[in-house]
Amino acid sequence: MRQIQTIEPGATLLAVENVSLRFGGVKAITDVSFDIRKGEVRAIIGPNGAGKTSMLNVINGFYHPQDGRITYRGATRTKMRPHVAASQGIARTFQNVALFKGMTTLDNIMIGRTLKMRRSFFWQLWRHGPAMAEEIEHRKFVEEIIDFLEIEHIRKVPVGKLPYGLQKRVELGRALAMEPELLLLDEPMAGMNLEEKEDMCRFILDVKEQYGTTIALIEHDMGVVMDLSDRVVVLEYGRKIADGTPDEVKADQKVIDAYLGVAH
Amino acid sequence: MDILFNVFVDPFLQMRAAPDLLVQTLWEGLVSGVLYALIALGFVLIFKASGVFNFAQGIMVVFAALTLVGFHEKGVPAWLAVALTLGVMALLAMAVERVVLRPLVNQPDIILFMATFGLTYVLIGLGEFIFGGEPKQMITEELFIPRGAIDVAVLGGRVTFQKIDIAAALIASLMIAGLALFFQYTRIGRALRAVADSHKAALSVGISLNQIWVIVWFAAGIVALITGIMWGARSDVSFALQVIALKALPVLILGGFTSIPGAIVGGLIIGLGEKLGEFYWGPLVGGGIENWVAYVIALAFLMVRPQGLFGDKIIERI
Repeated sequence: MRQIQTIEPGATLLAVENVSLRFGGVKAITDVSFDIRKGEVRAIIGPNGAGKTSMLNVINGFYHPQDGRITYRGATRTKMRPHVAASQGIARTFQNVALFKGMTTLDNIMIGRTLKMRRSFFWQLWRHGPAMAEEIEHRKFVEEIIDFLEIEHIRKVPVGKLPYGLQKRVELGRALAMEPELLLLDEPMAGMNLEEKEDMCRFILDVKEQYGTTIALIEHDMGVVMDLSDRVVVLEYGRKIADGTPDEVKADQKVIDAYLGVAH
Repeated sequence: MDILFNVFVDPFLQMRAAPDLLVQTLWEGLVSGVLYALIALGFVLIFKASGVFNFAQGIMVVFAALTLVGFHEKGVPAWLAVALTLGVMALLAMAVERVVLRPLVNQPDIILFMATFGLTYVLIGLGEFIFGGEPKQMITEELFIPRGAIDVAVLGGRVTFQKIDIAAALIASLMIAGLALFFQYTRIGRALRAVADSHKAALSVGISLNQIWVIVWFAAGIVALITGIMWGARSDVSFALQVIALKALPVLILGGFTSIPGAIVGGLIIGLGEKLGEFYWGPLVGGGIENWVAYVIALAFLMVRPQGLFGDKIIERI
């Protein structure tokens, strides 16, 4: 895994080639290829059951495709465990929010720093010196994220008590704490009201600007997708039916058929 | 009225009349409380990390103690035997992770619980096969565990402190404090709490479930070894020892399955409750209440605080 390269903005960060994923007889993804370029916002859209979430799960190693290859930062892999994907800079959020419900907002985001902590636990037990300095440094970074996402008021609240929209924001914060190279967002705006959606859009664009993070997102709200993303890939029944800029995709007859249905 | 007097007044009059006896009872309660806390801790560790009630904790205590004694019988010096036993517990942790937990990841909790039943019988079989079924003597002198007793004059009477009890209380307290600090303040501790909360979220931030499980089961193995030494020194090392695992249940109900401080406080309450109950209220029903009074205390708590004294509050948004 050492041969990982630094990727220039605009070059291919992650390439998915001819990936197929089956669960027994069910074909979730069939022969899908697309790429994600560094620094862009890449949307994956499609009707329900099109295989979008499966695609994200393949990218961060929750699922292992039967066929096809995934090349990330120049290194090709067939099987990868999720925690390894995380250590290589792939962070994600989940469709149904997967937070540590019993912990506070602050602790949840601190967990995102786990991989960045280097001192051994013997040092950490001795709450002085280098380990403490490290802890303080991480804490500072986390506080910046909390500021950035405007969630100061809920720092000490157990996240299980928060409304859904805020939970989604905390989850984004935890992913950001990992300083990811590639951020996967699974329906970041699901179940939000208009105002919350606008906030979330702003955060996503700011993340791209401020941290230079590459973002791949799944979203159902077409207005949001078309505003946010640089390029869009469209899936239907596990196959890719279109790929291009928002305008190209909007004009594509297959996409219109997929979303509106065709008269037979 | 007589019965009310006997239950609510007379025991306290007795306590006032003989304060030295009260101190003696409290001390004994404290010691068994600390030891219960130690067993409960083994359960809490594994429950926190994998959400599994590890039925095999009791037999792990026996297995660790037998391994220690077994090594010593083969002529291995005591300190080396301890180190080797720790090695065996580490191997056991790895084997459990590889053979039991990894194939069953994402299965319902009840399946993992049943798997720990299986593990129990595997360890019983393995233990009897290797070490035989006879009770063995714990190597106390070799491990510098003192014998004998100290008599102290207290409140006009004499109170006897067994040296082994003092040692047990000290070692158990140190152990508990060490583990509590470890899980509260280290990266691994934080990762452990994360794993307990959500597996997939933990994976997505780069925590390796397999590594955490090995660490936790090894920690539970260390706790099992210490428990085995302490309990084994007070009686014999035999397979009968595994029933002390059942003593941990009321402690866990009281303290909450997920709380290390809960295991400590729960253990102390159960230990004290048992001894005080046996000594002052036992005679009312002809004695022998020590074996079940713990469950009565736990049941009473269960009705008031189902999540235990310190357990995670059950938060559910509907």
